[in-house]
Amino acid sequence: MSGGANTPLRRLVEKGRASTATARTATLLGAASSLASTFLAWSYGSAFPGDLTIYGYPGGAQVHVLVLAAVAIALLLIEVSPLRRVVTPGGVGGTVRVLASGVFLITAFTVLAIGVELGGLINVEWGGWVALVAAAVFAVAARLLPADRPAVWSYRLPDWVEFLVIAVVLGLALAAFVQALAIPEWEIFLCYLVALGAALAAAWRLGLAAWISAVGARHRGVTVTAAFVVAAAFPFTQGSDNHWLNVMVNVGIFATTAIGLNIVVGLAGLLDLGYVAFLGVGAYVGALLSGAAASSIGWNPPFAVTVVIGAVVTAIVGVIIGTPTLRVRGDYLAIVTLGFGEIFRITVNNLDGSTGPQVTNGPNGIPGIPDLVFLGVDFGQSHTIFGMNLGYFANYFFLELVLIAFVILVFSRMNNSRLGRAWLAIREDEVAAQAAGINTFRLKLLAFALGATLAGMAGTIQAHAISSITPDSYQFLNSAFLVAAVVLGGMGTVTGAMLGSVVLLLLPEKFRFFQDNKLLIFGLTLVLMMRFRPEGMIANKRRQAEFHEEEISERLGREAQAEGAR
Amino acid sequence: MKSAGEDTQRGPVLEASGVTMRFGGLTAVDGVDFTVGEREIVGLIGPNGAGKTTFFNCLTGMYVPTAGRVTYRGTPLSGKPHLVTKTGIARTFQNIRLFPNMTALENVKVGRHCRTTVGALSALVRGPKYRREERETEARARELLDFVGLADTSDGLARNLSYGDQRRLEIARALASDPGLLLLDEPTAGMNPQETQQTKDLVFKIRERGLAVVVIEHDMRFIFTLCDRVAVLVQGRKLTEGSPGEVQRDERVIAAYIGTPAGSEQS
Repeated sequence: MSGGANTPLRRLVEKGRASTATARTATLLGAASSLASTFLAWSYGSAFPGDLTIYGYPGGAQVHVLVLAAVAIALLLIEVSPLRRVVTPGGVGGTVRVLASGVFLITAFTVLAIGVELGGLINVEWGGWVALVAAAVFAVAARLLPADRPAVWSYRLPDWVEFLVIAVVLGLALAAFVQALAIPEWEIFLCYLVALGAALAAAWRLGLAAWISAVGARHRGVTVTAAFVVAAAFPFTQGSDNHWLNVMVNVGIFATTAIGLNIVVGLAGLLDLGYVAFLGVGAYVGALLSGAAASSIGWNPPFAVTVVIGAVVTAIVGVIIGTPTLRVRGDYLAIVTLGFGEIFRITVNNLDGSTGPQVTNGPNGIPGIPDLVFLGVDFGQSHTIFGMNLGYFANYFFLELVLIAFVILVFSRMNNSRLGRAWLAIREDEVAAQAAGINTFRLKLLAFALGATLAGMAGTIQAHAISSITPDSYQFLNSAFLVAAVVLGGMGTVTGAMLGSVVLLLLPEKFRFFQDNKLLIFGLTLVLMMRFRPEGMIANKRRQAEFHEEEISERLGREAQAEGAR
Repeated sequence: MKSAGEDTQRGPVLEASGVTMRFGGLTAVDGVDFTVGEREIVGLIGPNGAGKTTFFNCLTGMYVPTAGRVTYRGTPLSGKPHLVTKTGIARTFQNIRLFPNMTALENVKVGRHCRTTVGALSALVRGPKYRREERETEARARELLDFVGLADTSDGLARNLSYGDQRRLEIARALASDPGLLLLDEPTAGMNPQETQQTKDLVFKIRERGLAVVVIEHDMRFIFTLCDRVAVLVQGRKLTEGSPGEVQRDERVIAAYIGTPAGSEQS
């Protein structure tokens, strides 16, 4: 330890550091009392979500506190046991700190929320105050724990064990997701999110998460397959209930479109603010060829043909729009694509028979689009699979899953090919790319048309899934949401675009407040993301390097210094 | 393969006649005639602002000359950089322009782009043709990295390479397009004497591969020991051209470099 200024605070901290055992005992005590407090009643009124008036039976957010505290206790005990070297090679300080913060946040929020919702803090029973004090002790004591080193779990287990790990992790992810959907009250849902976040952050600090992602990377094929199997298992958790299946179908369509957009934005680096128009073109093709009564085209080909036609038409539209717009770069491209996106909507609005030829019914849109019949399966019927009667939206969900698989295949194969390299080169330095022999215009047009095609395919499914389409579903705002999903999730990664879509579409379903202030919240989120994590939630390695150049070189410098000191 | 080595055709690799480039009222390059023969190393020198880089840009399609004609082995060049590269003229830049967040190997692979053909469908299906082409690209890129002496750093990001290595990587990327003529824009700027010597050896080695090379440079010792012929550009016009010995003795060249204040400031 260096000398430095010997301020009282400094002495206190030094003292705290010196007596690790004391800090550990205090933390353990805090965690244990936090855990115990969940068996008390926190509230006098039973109206608060989760009914926290019962002794001896944790409910609602108390369960989250219980689990987090239990994990923290387990880790603290492992730290003093021989298991230490295997599980917590880097120490548990940071991990427990994160868990303690989670416990404190949840407890404090719950106590406050009881006060606000039931009309005053008088409604908080003494158990609630005990819980708050316990959580505070826990959080403060955890701060005094010695800092941990970044832990590296480099265990290499037999293949079948690692497969099992992947299966268990993905299974848990599905369970956590289904559990999240099943929570009706926003207060408990928020606590659940905090608990989940704390648990994930703790897993990172511990080195567990890094190990799991390394295992996943080692068995890439298995992981991807397992992920799709787990996703396909989702309808079975919903039974014949259609609500969340319906939402997830919309999420799926949105995610497909976002991945397509990610080819344009993330790979080729072209900011397209009118992308939703291509989804619209696909949807209108799907609707017009669906045999709907309102359709101006009588022909109703099999769905496989409709998808191909939708793809071809949107590809052509993509080329038509791309040819003039891709002559400009950067901000100008964003503005011009925005304009073309609006042109689509206005055109569709006007093809109503009075201001133009009757094609699209104008602002009335095309209602009553019948359900799909694909490969002899009527998508409007619920089917029994594995002895389980699934809601009819499960059909769309499975079809959407197939389309996502295809889009992901397109994305990753393009990315890892000569074309992906060329896109990246254009993004890095367009002049140098030209000099290296790349026809930049043609490649950008390819990215544009490819993205459009994928959106068009998603659109043909969307028309059937939502059964009624109007031009207003394809306005600029939706393009902005798509871009937001890509930026939020992570430019240039498939998982990022999917995660972004899930977050953007599911949170408003859960939080009334989100629904009412969607734009405000997304705007705020984007601003914060740009400040703290510009590469998105799931970062493309290269993008991360671009954004954090200084920090990375600083870290390398520090490491080199430490290396030299040794 | 369009490498010059196998080409038995005689005559100049590059022939530029009366190339003129005007930006509004400013004539940056004024009626320059310039010829490069097979396996020739030609130096292009001149004071700052003489129009050397602009002339390069005219040759490579970055600029479309206001007047004049440029042919590569008898083929007139179009005004599109990627087509010029495909025809057989590759270049490096005065201020290094690599793809900083790509690895050294990927940088060179990008240089192969115009010699490979697989399209989107083929990349999606990954048939035998795709795999063969990727293998060839990989092998060729590694061979070129080895050629310029960067075999050990192939997986490092370009931006983490040392300055001299970045210059050499840029040359490797240019060579990847199988050019018959390589244009180097100040390849030794900012290098120490040892690195300069290495660059000189590299240019000789490139010539041995059957390429012709044009070099812009301010390092006179480098130019006069490297080049077969040197052209001097002053205020957009070609002042003189000849063997290094002739140019070195030419008094106009000395005057142009040391200059008379009145002469060098006016356009």
